[in-house]
Amino acid sequence: MESSLKNMVVVLGTITLISSAAVGVVNMITAEPIAAAKVQAVNDALSLVLPPYESVVSQSDESDGVTVTTHTASQGGEVVGYAVESASKNGFGGAVRLMVGFDKQGRILNINVLEQKETPGLGTKMCDAENPLLASFKDKLAAEVKMSVRKDGGDVDALTAATISSRAYAEAVARAYEAYKVAAGLQSEANAVSGATQQTEEGGYDGE
Amino acid sequence: MESNVTTQAQPSKMEALRQKWALIWKGIIKENPTFVLVLGMCPTLGTTTSATNGFGMGVATMAVLIMSNMAISLIKNVVPDKVRIPAFIVVIASFVTVIDMLMQAYVPSLYAALGVFIPLIVVNCIILGRAEAFASKNGVLDSALDGLGIGLGFTLSLTTIGAVREVLGSGAIFGLSLGIADYMPLVFVLAPGGFLVLGFLMVLFNKFLKK
Amino acid sequence: MEYFAIIIGAIFVNNVVLAQFLGICPFLGVSSKVETSMGMGAAVTFVMALSSIVVWLIQEYILVPLGIEYMQTIVFILVIAALVQMVEIVLKKVSLSLYQALGIFLPLITTNCAVLGVAILMIQKEYGLLEGLAYSTSTALGFALALVIFAGLRERMEFEEVSQAFQGVPIALITASLLAMAFMGFSGLV
Repeated sequence: MESSLKNMVVVLGTITLISSAAVGVVNMITAEPIAAAKVQAVNDALSLVLPPYESVVSQSDESDGVTVTTHTASQGGEVVGYAVESASKNGFGGAVRLMVGFDKQGRILNINVLEQKETPGLGTKMCDAENPLLASFKDKLAAEVKMSVRKDGGDVDALTAATISSRAYAEAVARAYEAYKVAAGLQSEANAVSGATQQTEEGGYDGE
Repeated sequence: MESNVTTQAQPSKMEALRQKWALIWKGIIKENPTFVLVLGMCPTLGTTTSATNGFGMGVATMAVLIMSNMAISLIKNVVPDKVRIPAFIVVIASFVTVIDMLMQAYVPSLYAALGVFIPLIVVNCIILGRAEAFASKNGVLDSALDGLGIGLGFTLSLTTIGAVREVLGSGAIFGLSLGIADYMPLVFVLAPGGFLVLGFLMVLFNKFLKK
Repeated sequence: MEYFAIIIGAIFVNNVVLAQFLGICPFLGVSSKVETSMGMGAAVTFVMALSSIVVWLIQEYILVPLGIEYMQTIVFILVIAALVQMVEIVLKKVSLSLYQALGIFLPLITTNCAVLGVAILMIQKEYGLLEGLAYSTSTALGFALALVIFAGLRERMEFEEVSQAFQGVPIALITASLLAMAFMGFSGLV
């Protein structure tokens, strides 16, 4: 077809308009399922890293440009644990997002990888059910773990040939722990008794 | 502009059917986008770390290809020549965005695995190439069939590459472990393995299938 | 230090071609001579740096405030296409010699998925404007580096006898594989 300024502008404008409208409509249709899929993913992760609970209260914060969300889980009106959604931007292939579960004593219950773009077969081992990274944290008191890889003088066993991924993992856990301290601290301020319990039980663990 | 490559003077019904079939078939062997045309190399290498990922990428690309071929075939007569390419790009980008959102909504784990390569379907040379070379000159049905053929060829190639890399690199196929993971060289799922597997598969294709 | 990590990471460790598989088409297509691949590398560096600034501003001040981040792909590819056109026109007017050196590569850049890929990745990684600029420029330098090394290898390969089924793309891919393996050695750097 012959090109004149008028028909070029009209045709391009119309195509762009129709396309954007169509994309907008699909966006409206999919916005809900996308949000639902995300909520579902968070809930799945929560149940993996927390003891049984009835309800959660979530709160988001920014730390070093990373969004950290703290989910405080309760059962029968009593706090049973905290799950912190944390991330590091310094993975090998991009951000590494984790969900870290703590109990009231600051013990790490479990860690679930929510999102990673690491190298398949190397960094992706962080998602395995049993891996050295998870083993370095799981069932340990967060306060007693130096949260950096052994190469950097910490207590975390890195994945073989995936130091960058391992560093990102450790960084995300450390960030989660910071958020946990804030959340648990607030809790103990509000309820002095639970603060006291925390101390005694921590002491008990040391003696074991 | 209008030149129907596939219609002859008075084709019988059988003949017509056979031609449509040939239109699909050529995308798989004779004009296989990966092994013969060597197009769309980035997703071919980037997403074939497993058979499942390769298959997912192939299907996503095929969906965009069929839809964009049809749409472009529909609008080919109203688009002025000078803005042809930008118009095609807008159409393709819209379909890619639609596929992007649908995948995010209904297959979030596959979407996460394919990552940045989904929006990058926009710049996959196969799509714009077929728009230019075929859809802008042929009817809607033929364009859809061409998209289907090329898309199937692309999906088959990607799934094959993915399967080979997954078996060699992580000792599994379609995510099912073969129990030999510990003996397999990991390098095949890493970047060098991608180049290597594609290179050798291309050699095999040249040797046995390309006539 | 952070910039240093971004730059070294993007050039060597996460090399755009050899580790991330972006920009393979020009990598295989334009890299038969060292000289042309240098030209291509320069043109890509220029466009990538420029587009990262423009794309960042558009994301920050148009897409996010309007809540239409889902239009990202469409808007970015149009911006890059328009930018390449503009660069071509401006270059032709301002410096004819530079235009003659880079001009033939410019139309090829629109469909170079590395440019769009880097724009999207930069937004995904939530970089600020300067970080993004450092990231995109060094990614482009990594692209140029891979291209030039590869061209050097292919120049020598021309004199080798290659078995028929391996000729052309297959042997190039296998060479690229070896080069990618060499680049894996950088992975402990950052």
